Amino acid sequence: MRQRSLIAITAALAAGALTLTACGSRGGDKGSDSGKGGTTVTIGVDAPLTGDLSALGLGIKNSADLAAKTANKKNYVKGVTFKIEARDDQAQPSAGQQNATALVADKNVLGVVGPLNSSVAESMQKVFDDAKLVEVSPANTGPSLTQGPDWRTKKVRTYKSYFRTATTDAIQGPFAAQYLYNDAKKKKVFVIDDKKTYGAGLAGTFTDEFKKLGGQIVGTEHINPDAKDFSAIATEVKKSGADVVYYGGEYPQAGPLSKQIKAAGSKIPLVGGDGIYDPTFIKLAGADSTGDLATSVGAPVESLPSAKQFVADYKAAGYKDEYAAYGGYSYDSAWAIIEAVKKVVDDNGGKLPSDARAKVTAAMQNVSFDGVTGKVSFDEFGDATNKQLTVYAVKNGAWAAEKSGTYTG
Amino acid sequence: MNELPQQLVNGLLLGSMYGLVAIGYTMVYGIVQLINFAHGEIFMTGAFGALTVYVYILPDGTSMWVALPLMLIGAVIVSVLVAVGAERFAYRPLRTAPRLAPLITAIGLSLALQQAVWAWYPEAKSARTFPQIPGGPFHIGSVTIQTGDIFLLAAAPISMAVLAYFVMKTRTGRGMQATAQDPDTAKLMGVNTDRIIVVAFALGAAFAAVGGVAYGLKYGQIDFRMGFILGLKAFTAAVLGGIGNIYGAMIGGVVLGIAETLATAYISDIPGMDKFGSQTWADVWAFVLLILVLLFRPQGLLGERVADRA
Repeated sequence: MRQRSLIAITAALAAGALTLTACGSRGGDKGSDSGKGGTTVTIGVDAPLTGDLSALGLGIKNSADLAAKTANKKNYVKGVTFKIEARDDQAQPSAGQQNATALVADKNVLGVVGPLNSSVAESMQKVFDDAKLVEVSPANTGPSLTQGPDWRTKKVRTYKSYFRTATTDAIQGPFAAQYLYNDAKKKKVFVIDDKKTYGAGLAGTFTDEFKKLGGQIVGTEHINPDAKDFSAIATEVKKSGADVVYYGGEYPQAGPLSKQIKAAGSKIPLVGGDGIYDPTFIKLAGADSTGDLATSVGAPVESLPSAKQFVADYKAAGYKDEYAAYGGYSYDSAWAIIEAVKKVVDDNGGKLPSDARAKVTAAMQNVSFDGVTGKVSFDEFGDATNKQLTVYAVKNGAWAAEKSGTYTG
Repeated sequence: MNELPQQLVNGLLLGSMYGLVAIGYTMVYGIVQLINFAHGEIFMTGAFGALTVYVYILPDGTSMWVALPLMLIGAVIVSVLVAVGAERFAYRPLRTAPRLAPLITAIGLSLALQQAVWAWYPEAKSARTFPQIPGGPFHIGSVTIQTGDIFLLAAAPISMAVLAYFVMKTRTGRGMQATAQDPDTAKLMGVNTDRIIVVAFALGAAFAAVGGVAYGLKYGQIDFRMGFILGLKAFTAAVLGGIGNIYGAMIGGVVLGIAETLATAYISDIPGMDKFGSQTWADVWAFVLLILVLLFRPQGLLGERVADRA
């Protein structure tokens, strides 16, 4: 009997090892098609493709894929065919870093779109920077990613290879505070965050601005991102007498949190950043979420004339998942890489130079084009120069744009 | 407003759910000394079974009062099938293997079940909404109870009563007690231990299924990962209450639930402790409680001191 179980375990281990090798060897047969005429340039994508945040992640992947396909169809960069290599980071910094290492090892990768989470970006930045591989995030909003850990007092760019098309929390949090205090006339706020880089950062910048305006913080709480039971916190919110709740975090927790706050008897809106601006939030929060607010980067994609083409192409391409909150930004991120590659190829007489990665990274700084979300270009820190934001409200079971504007300090 | 009664009720509800799942850990452990780490996933598949009945089998717009019993039946069927299948194909072949082999199998099975639901259940890649019982919340004094929680408040004690009757009064139940005490002697006395083990898995799964439905009704959503953390908490509850003791599982669950809730609500009010309050620390305080209980009562709250059979 003992013998048999030993055999069973060995067999299981062997099967497991084989599977792993199979995964690993997938990179080996790449670039085989680069021999016949054109060059293949791979654009890496890193996003959560599974798990809670997969709705956002799959939108990022598909939109980047659409950009690559569009460039190929138009033959935008002569002699270069773009393809996507998407990796799943499960919203985990550790997985993100492994993906970064794998993408760096693949010599065909000249740029990476992603990640979604600021905390994942922190783990990837150095790996990419050491390899001089350019990274353009469609969704990271943590200010320290571009402006260094002391961004409040002294802005210093830490990684020259990191860019983003999204606006930062340094703008998004205060923008929400101004809207709540000046437009919605809310004076007492209960601030909750999930302690992650994104959530805590957003809650921090919001709190500072709200206090500066003269508002009152009647309570703070930190939730556990793995939890679904927020009844204890909901009871505290009710006790505090707040007239609004600000949540720094993402929709998988924000939905149930909003629902449970209302169920506990506080009929007050929950307000969050772009992390809760997703249809799933409304699905999770239920009918009581009407009146909840979210800020998101840029003007609503659907309202921009430049985005009509994107929305139509996305539908035509027949992707199974929605482009979600970051679709337009992901397309623009991928397109920025394509533009940079084009510049490098054009400058080198129609061929990729041997130090293509460093050249592409350098070219990215001066990229400027009219993208899905408006004018795309980067400032000296690698941040998007487009600083527009929009407040959305839940109305009739969907997000509706409430007010667009630019934050001006 | 005094919020303590409300927080106690919040904790009681959370704890009852831990308790329902903990029963499965404790019964299986009591009989085969296996920590079935896939039990959290059995809880999860039960919730998805109930959802399947509501969304894909019943016609649209069926009243919740009609649907709920059928959903419960669907949940129990799915959970029991998964648990019995796991017992037959994953654990029984390893029954005489060293203790660690089935433990690793359980962890593997847990991951496999999660991924299977993720891959094959329609739209299960993100959370799916679960039907809700209509009707507003009930107010008793300063305490608010949601309609979805009524189910849990009723299901937990009823389930416990049924289980107690089954284990104490029926022939199979006494067979279970005998197998738990000494499987070899029980076999000699004519107890079909293989069958008893299957019954233990099936019963545990049925309670997990009830817990799964309660989870869906309470939070309005289920996802493929819902069983993992809850399974760990339920296992903790089983150890806290005394693993192997079915009443201990429920008591442990309730104590754990209330401890977590009170830690979230009150620790930060203690001067100088504001950094250690909030929900992220609640788990830490719950485990501090577990360690304290185990220091003074290594067998758990209601556990009996038994000789180690390893």
